[in-house]
Amino acid sequence: MASSQREISISEFFAKNRHLLGFDNPKKALLTTIKEAVDNSMDACEEAGILPEILVEIMPIDGQEDRFKVAIQDNGPGIVKAQVPNIFGKLLYGSKFHSRRQSRGQQGIGISAAGLYAQMTTGKGPEIISRVKRKKAHHFVLQMDSTKNKPMITHDEELDDWHLKHGTRFECALEATYKRGKGSVDDYIKQTAVANPHASLTYLAPGMEEPIVYEASSRVVPERGEEIKPHPYGVELGELIKMLRQTSSRWLSSFLKEDFCRVGPKVAKSIIAEAGLSEKSYPSRIAREEADALHRAIQKAKISSPPTTCLSPIGEERILEGLQKETDADFYAVCTRPPSVYRGNPFQIEVGIAWAKPGDDHLDVDGDGKITKSKKKKRGTFDTENLLGNADDAIRILRFANRVPLLSQQASCGFTKAAISTSWKNYGLQQSKGSMPVGSAVILVHMASVWVPFTSEAKEAIAPYDEILKEVRLAMQEAGRKLGVHIRKGKKISSEFQKRNYIDAFLPHVGIGLQEILKLEPEVREDTVDMLRATLESTRKI
Amino acid sequence: MAAKKKKKVTKKATKRKFAPDKVRKAGPSKRKGKNDLSEVAIESIKDVALDVFNVANSGELPEMVMPQRNLKNVTYDKKTGYFEMAGNMKTRRLDVNSVKTFAQTLRLMSLAKDMVADDDFATKREAYYVSKNWGDAKFGEQRESDSVLDDIEGMFSLKDITREILRFRPEEHGGSVVGALTVIDRDPETGDAIRSDCAAMGSGAYTIPSSVDHLGFETSADFIIAIETGGMFQRLNHHRYWRNANCILVEMSGVPTRATRRFTRRLSQDLKLPVYVFVDCDPYGICNIYRTLKVGSGASAHINKDFCVPEATFMGVTPQDIIDFQLEDATHPLLPVDIKRAKDALKNDPFFKAHPKWIKAIKQMLKMGVRAEQQAFAKWGLNFVIEEYLPTKIKNAKNFLP
Repeated sequence: MASSQREISISEFFAKNRHLLGFDNPKKALLTTIKEAVDNSMDACEEAGILPEILVEIMPIDGQEDRFKVAIQDNGPGIVKAQVPNIFGKLLYGSKFHSRRQSRGQQGIGISAAGLYAQMTTGKGPEIISRVKRKKAHHFVLQMDSTKNKPMITHDEELDDWHLKHGTRFECALEATYKRGKGSVDDYIKQTAVANPHASLTYLAPGMEEPIVYEASSRVVPERGEEIKPHPYGVELGELIKMLRQTSSRWLSSFLKEDFCRVGPKVAKSIIAEAGLSEKSYPSRIAREEADALHRAIQKAKISSPPTTCLSPIGEERILEGLQKETDADFYAVCTRPPSVYRGNPFQIEVGIAWAKPGDDHLDVDGDGKITKSKKKKRGTFDTENLLGNADDAIRILRFANRVPLLSQQASCGFTKAAISTSWKNYGLQQSKGSMPVGSAVILVHMASVWVPFTSEAKEAIAPYDEILKEVRLAMQEAGRKLGVHIRKGKKISSEFQKRNYIDAFLPHVGIGLQEILKLEPEVREDTVDMLRATLESTRKI
Repeated sequence: MAAKKKKKVTKKATKRKFAPDKVRKAGPSKRKGKNDLSEVAIESIKDVALDVFNVANSGELPEMVMPQRNLKNVTYDKKTGYFEMAGNMKTRRLDVNSVKTFAQTLRLMSLAKDMVADDDFATKREAYYVSKNWGDAKFGEQRESDSVLDDIEGMFSLKDITREILRFRPEEHGGSVVGALTVIDRDPETGDAIRSDCAAMGSGAYTIPSSVDHLGFETSADFIIAIETGGMFQRLNHHRYWRNANCILVEMSGVPTRATRRFTRRLSQDLKLPVYVFVDCDPYGICNIYRTLKVGSGASAHINKDFCVPEATFMGVTPQDIIDFQLEDATHPLLPVDIKRAKDALKNDPFFKAHPKWIKAIKQMLKMGVRAEQQAFAKWGLNFVIEEYLPTKIKNAKNFLP
């Protein structure tokens, strides 16, 4: 028995449990691969202060219906040669896991898992072309050793000429299914464009004659959130013990002050006193029971909220731009909430609503109170699904965490729960109990946080913490109020329009009656009717 | 009490003789007729339209003013004897809600003006069909055109111009009449007098025309009975009750039409005959049929003055009659709509509120919780009503409910 006990490599673990990372089926595998690569590209560009220009291609492989080649190319800073194998070939290698900073990726599993999946299903590892400014581009082919979690470069070639001055291209062939519709790659790209109006995306998929280009509408690279130290409230016991062991502080009090945010001498003193420990204890000598007492003391202490400078919300203006760019709605309402905290992690919620008036007609009121009716201008039909549903469909909710669209597990997501428990009837929408409201509209929810509480590593749904649900609801209510005002006004205008039509139908008969009794000339009759109409409309200003 | 006296009374009633000696006469009504007021009517219509025209062209919204037509806009005084209009006006100002009715009112006024000028007429039904040529402004149902006609009638009643002068006629004719009465009508073409003897109608009856002011009368009768149902009228006519009792019978068939009300009024006023009303003992018979005949209605407040019979009294069937004539087992329970109507009358009807005897009687009916039809007397035999009930009641006519 003992001889059969041995270490399991993370790569082997993944090979057997790939559903945990979003590779459960060929359709999802394609999406996850592209998603991880695009997330990385965006993070890299923003880190370097570059406006992302990203190309996504899905190419069929001749004679192999169940395999596709995907390529994701960015104009990011590029990756130095030494880092390439680790970033793309080693699971759990990354810069983001240990930092308390808002970014798309978190663990450093995604892109290497995609490479591993590609290699497992087609035998070929990923290919990477990357170029750092003022250097020559390199072309690598990687092969992963899943037992040792160690990547090998099987091909390394310096390219004399590459069309980008800097950037990275990730390419791999994998077993996949390409489908359109909800939760597809098409959907993901479109939603990414909504939440990232500063990025230009070019997307080519099988069946398309021309690539779809999502132009950037904003020329501002989002500010990066600052990196922060952990907040005491958010640290679990195991993590606390690990931090105690690893700290470079010599005294317990300085450990608390240096390794956490928002802990000053006074707070440190009160925590240590509450835990019954000495300020001058050596952190590395704290026993497990003492650490437990310390952990409990932390929870009892009064510590101010973590700084929110670490957060980088999209911003009301950008959300508006994104929604306007990708939906053909009549009304938009957005709300960015002030930052809040769950379990010591700062976060910020944003909500945007795009709403289209049911029906094909559009009513305009001019300065004189005249109402004119026009056919709604039809924008070119989108190749991807229209985000706004039909007037009698449940409204779609677009969920984003740190600007990344969440495409599946909608029902179990905290955002959805918050949307369902919001009373949309107050805002002019229909809603039956326990379901999403109905209408030709879309609701966007974005959570910016240094640590997004996903329910699984596949990053598909947000855990329903009370603090998060509350913030989402408040944001929805604020945006909803604006929508309600608009809908009510629209209803007023359309009922006014009907009334004026009604007036127009009968006013001539008032004229005829007068003409017959008073023997008026036809022109006099017309003048009288016109005069009456003008008088009536002027008394009915909206 | 009824059962004991039964035989004696029967003899007395049947012995009564027709007495042609004391004949009373009446010529046509002095009320101004359509020909006297035609010019005034046309001018009044023009005035209203001109006012609308002038206001419209001054950049204001035109209005038409007319009396409110409901029970809240009538007052009742025992001395005057009928529902008088209280003077509450409704103003129909041109706006989105009123534009359709406003247009229809003007167009019906135009129709009236033409009819007055040409001395033609339109029934309410015909007026409704005329509107079918108006496109959007046409009436959907006759109920709508009737309501606009009533408004027009109300509006012009302020200038003493009636619906008849405006040449609108109701569809329904008046009720039927038999008895000791001769009606003197005129041939519309030749102008010759035509005499109708209501005692010589065989098994039929004289029909009250829609307009009665031009009629003359001769009678030797002692009183008039206004009857609710055709069935009872036929029974009394068949057995020539009017001959034996020396009276005139008027069939109302439910709530009396204007013509019936005006006709009965003229008999009451011009011939000085008492009018006894004989209806079912239920809230409809009392609060609608009898009340409207005696004092008029809220909806026609503007014409009540000439279209009701203030001298009429209520013979029966009274709630007390149910007890006195032992009809308890020939009754039906009051329906919720009956109870509502009765309570409404006690609360809102100025006529009943002015008469403690009526309050007592209606409360008694509500307490008994039953209603009785005229025909219920058939329980004691088909002709019990002729032989027993009517003679017994008429003997005590001064005790009839007011």
